[in-house]
Amino acid sequence: MTNSILVSDLTKRFNGTLAVDHIGFEVKSGEIFGFLGPNGAGKTTTIRILTGILKPDEGTAIVAGYDVLENPIEVKQQIGVVPEVSNAYVDLSAWENLMLIGELYGLPKGERVKNATELLREFGLYEVRHKKVRGFSKGMKQRLLLCMALMNNPEILFLDEPTSGLDVQSALLVRDKVRQYNREGKTIFLSTHNMEEANMLCHRIAIINHGKIAAIDTPENLRVQSMELQYVEVSFEKNVNLEDLSELPNANRILLTGNKIRIYTSNPSAVIESIVDIARRLNLRILSLNTMMPSLEDIFIKLIKEHEVAR
Amino acid sequence: MSKFKEQIKRAFAITKKDVKIYYSKGPVVIFGLLFPLFLFLAYTIGRNMPLKELMSGLIGMTVFFTSTSVGPGIVPWETRSRTLERLICCPITFWAIILGDVLSSFIFGVAISIIPVIFTLTLGLDPLNFILLVAVLTLASFCFSALSVLLSSYPPTDIPATTMMMSSLVKFPLVFISGIFIPTEQLPQWGKIVSLISPLTYFTDISRHIILGKGC
Repeated sequence: MTNSILVSDLTKRFNGTLAVDHIGFEVKSGEIFGFLGPNGAGKTTTIRILTGILKPDEGTAIVAGYDVLENPIEVKQQIGVVPEVSNAYVDLSAWENLMLIGELYGLPKGERVKNATELLREFGLYEVRHKKVRGFSKGMKQRLLLCMALMNNPEILFLDEPTSGLDVQSALLVRDKVRQYNREGKTIFLSTHNMEEANMLCHRIAIINHGKIAAIDTPENLRVQSMELQYVEVSFEKNVNLEDLSELPNANRILLTGNKIRIYTSNPSAVIESIVDIARRLNLRILSLNTMMPSLEDIFIKLIKEHEVAR
Repeated sequence: MSKFKEQIKRAFAITKKDVKIYYSKGPVVIFGLLFPLFLFLAYTIGRNMPLKELMSGLIGMTVFFTSTSVGPGIVPWETRSRTLERLICCPITFWAIILGDVLSSFIFGVAISIIPVIFTLTLGLDPLNFILLVAVLTLASFCFSALSVLLSSYPPTDIPATTMMMSSLVKFPLVFISGIFIPTEQLPQWGKIVSLISPLTYFTDISRHIILGKGC
């Protein structure tokens, strides 16, 4: 499998402050690559460099086989971008926006009309194609941005927080489309805050913090690496004093969450046996008992904390 | 060469977009049409000057104000609405974006200024001089359009009113020292020297020469 994006030692400073700090990663062709990080971590700056908006201070970025510094026009010809903030022309209609983008990508008129018609129909905007974008809802604007990003049938699609602030229906549509375009062979570079979204969509995830990559792996591998974050969740018929459970073997941490008790452990089976023993001894009835794998959010917080400590 | 031609085509796409969006913006109408009209009326009403004498000034003011009314607003407007970022994401070079903006300003300038130029035919201007005047108008409009886009670059801002104000700060003194209201030959020596820095002086001079047969 070839690489669609190859980043090496990429660095960007703003007034002496490192926004992106010597990062390196590769995105394979046909992959959905998630880029996760807290606000100000360097996600958008990285996307802006990869899409040719910003020039890096150091390092190289090869996108679709072209160096972003040496061949920015060739790079841009191969990519589609959905930015964090809606930037369609609100004084133009949806149709006029798509025609403009088609012209900027050098598409012949016939192809422009065909692509725009197909995309507007696919995203449910065909009926309102002659209305000015100013009157569009956030969901409609986001769908239009996707249409604009897909006008040139790009090889790589960059999505910066594509479902941020959208209603559930629009967010579902966007996610479905991401999956669909990926199945059709497009490489997707997805920046998101939404862990569940990254978990559902991405083949691999990079976690970035303070401009540095904290981890890159598949969601499952990231979970396996964080087994100490798995926990056993139990609820009893009666309230139980946490001190009764303090002698549980293999328990790293015990938390009360609502009427459930959460016991973090790297050995869930041993903990389950001990809980059953305690329940028998104290004559408690167990209402529910589950082993939970760490959520991506747990892993994210752990990695960010570890990264902070390492700094 | 084909890449260059492709970029020129994309610059025209920018122009088309600018025409659709910016020609009807309030500041463009005010600074490009109403302002020079009222300034001209204020200058001419009550002065018994032959119409032919007034034409070079009217044409000069029209071409200068119309050609510089669209340009200063585009970059800050587009920065503010983040659409400039959209353009930069597309496979178009910076020079092609700027050229597109200059062309939209240029077309606005020529389309409006051609009206008083055509009017000169009714004042007895011969066809050859008319063609010459149109050629000079075209060249001047392009220069003034480029100047207006340049004026929007500093100070860097996303507030259109700021660049409009800054460009007015540059434009108005230029109008007064360029021989539109007072022929440059009637200016004091220091005025004549200062007038040389204004690009409008040269247009006014040529148009006076073409219409009246006099000038520097």
